[in-house]
Amino acid sequence: MRKFGIENLNIWFGKVQALKGVSLAIEANEILSIIGPSNSGKTTFLRMLHRLNELEQNFRMSGSVLMDALDVRSVDLELLRKKIGIIFALPLPLPLSIFDNVSFGPRMHGIRARKRLTDIAEQSLKQAYIWDEVKDRLHESAFKLSGGQQQRLCIARTLATGPEVILFDEPCSGLDPVSTARVEETMLELKKDYTIVLVTNNVKQAARVGDRTAFFLSGELVELDTTDKIFTAPSNKRTDDYIRGKFG
Amino acid sequence: MRKFKEFIIEKLILICGSASIFFVALIFVFLLKEGLSLFKTVRLGAFLFGKSWYPISEPAELGILPLILGSLLVTAGAAVISVPIGVGCAVYIAEIAPGKVKEVLKGGIELLAAIPSVVLGFIGMVTLVPWVKNIFHLPTGLTALSGSIMLAFMAMPTIVSIAEDALYSVPRSYKEGAFALGATHWQTIWRVLLPAASSGILAAVMLGIGRVIGETMAVMMITGNSAVIPHTILAPVRTLTATVAAEMGEAVVGSEHYFALFAVGIVLFVISFAINVTADLFLHRERR
Repeated sequence: MRKFGIENLNIWFGKVQALKGVSLAIEANEILSIIGPSNSGKTTFLRMLHRLNELEQNFRMSGSVLMDALDVRSVDLELLRKKIGIIFALPLPLPLSIFDNVSFGPRMHGIRARKRLTDIAEQSLKQAYIWDEVKDRLHESAFKLSGGQQQRLCIARTLATGPEVILFDEPCSGLDPVSTARVEETMLELKKDYTIVLVTNNVKQAARVGDRTAFFLSGELVELDTTDKIFTAPSNKRTDDYIRGKFG
Repeated sequence: MRKFKEFIIEKLILICGSASIFFVALIFVFLLKEGLSLFKTVRLGAFLFGKSWYPISEPAELGILPLILGSLLVTAGAAVISVPIGVGCAVYIAEIAPGKVKEVLKGGIELLAAIPSVVLGFIGMVTLVPWVKNIFHLPTGLTALSGSIMLAFMAMPTIVSIAEDALYSVPRSYKEGAFALGATHWQTIWRVLLPAASSGILAAVMLGIGRVIGETMAVMMITGNSAVIPHTILAPVRTLTATVAAEMGEAVVGSEHYFALFAVGIVLFVISFAINVTADLFLHRERR
C-alpha cells in the first residue's frame, strides 16, 4: 500500500534550491533509508513530509506531496503532525520530567484522564525499549538520562501521539555504537506497525535496517531501489562511488 | 619603553574599574553615616512603623509607614498593569510578530524607554489625572492609581526587552520538539516556551519593579503627595522617593528631619538592593 506519493518536488530557501524535481513513493510498513552527503537535500525532504520547513521564513516549494492520497498542505497541521512523528538528530527532550515528556503529545491532543495518560506512557516507553531503565524514575528530569536513553525517550514520546509514520533524521549521529544498535533494533521492531523513513549519514546503517534505499545528491534523487540492489549492484555510477566512500 | 606603556595603561584601566566601586562605597558610607544618626534620637520601630509623618511640627513625628505603603501600593498597581501587558508583548515580539512588525515594535519599546520621566509625569497630569477624576467621581485625580498607570509605562520597556531576550534564548529545539508532537503554536508557547524562559521572565519582572520603586519625578507629579496611610488605590499617596525629593531642599542640615530623609534613603536602598539580588538569583538560577 502506498503511504506517500511525491511528485516533482522542488524546494527553495531564498535563492538556494534545496530539492530539484524529486519524485518517489513510500510504501506502508517499509523502512525507506535515505543516504547522501551533507547538503544533498535529504533532511529537507524529510522535514517536508512533516511540514517543518514552513518555519523558515523564505521557504518556497512546487510539486505535490500526497499522504494517503491527500495533499499534506491541505491537511490540518496539528493532525498531520499527530499522524507523522519525527525523531531529530540530537535527542531533544523538552525541559520536563520523563513522564511529562511522553505524555506531552497526548495532552496537547486533549487527553486529560490521568489513568489513560499513564497507560499511554507505559506502553510507549515499553515500545521504545526504555521502560525498564526509567520506570522507577518517571518524575525525574529527562535531562538526567544518557544520550542514548534520551533518544529512545524521544522515540517513546513520538509513539505516544499514535502516529502512522515515523521519520528519523540521523537519529544515531550523536550516539555510541551500543546505543545505536538499540535504536536500530527498535526501528526494526516498529516496522510492523509503522511506516519508517530514515535519513542517515551512516551508509552501513542504511544497509542494516533499510528495505529500500534512496540516494540523494545535490538536491536530486539519483537512485532508489531495494537496499540489496543499491549496495551490491547500483545502476548509477555516482551511487556506487558514494557507497564505496569515493566522495561525500 | 613598551613595557612601561603597558604598565601605565594597565594601571589606568585598573583605576577606571575601581572608581565605580569606590564611588558606590563612598555613597553608601555617607548615606549610612547621615541616616543612622537619626537613631540617636528616634527608635527604629517608631521610624519604620510610625503612622504619621509630620517632619516640621513641634515635636516632629517621623513615622514612614504611610510612605512605605504609598510606595508599595503604587508599585503593586504598576506591576499588576505592566507585567501581563509586558510579558504578552514579549511573547508577541519573540514568537508571533512577522519580521517588519517586530522591528517596529522593538523600536517603539525602546522609544518608550527614552521618554524622560518628567515628560511622562506632565502628560499624566494633564491627560490621565482628569480622566481618573471623572471616571471614579473623585475630588482629585492625583491618586495612587494614576501613579501606577504612568509607572507601568516606565516598567514596560525593561520587562519587554528582558523577557523577550529570555524567550529568544530558549533553544529552538524545544519549539521544534513540541511542534513535532503536534502541539499548536499557543500550546507550545504556554506549555514549553514560557516555562523554559520562566527564570528570565521573573528577572524581567523584578527589574521592572525595581525601576518603578526607584522612580521619583512622575510619581511626585501625579500621586497627590499626601503622606497619609492609603486605604484604597484611589487615594492620594506619597512615596518614599517623592518625600526625599520634595523635602531635602527645605530640611535644615543636621536636623532630625534631615537625618530622617537620609534614613528614608537607606530604606529605599535596601528595597532596591533586595529586588536586584532577587532578579540576579532568577537570572543565574541553574536549570534543573
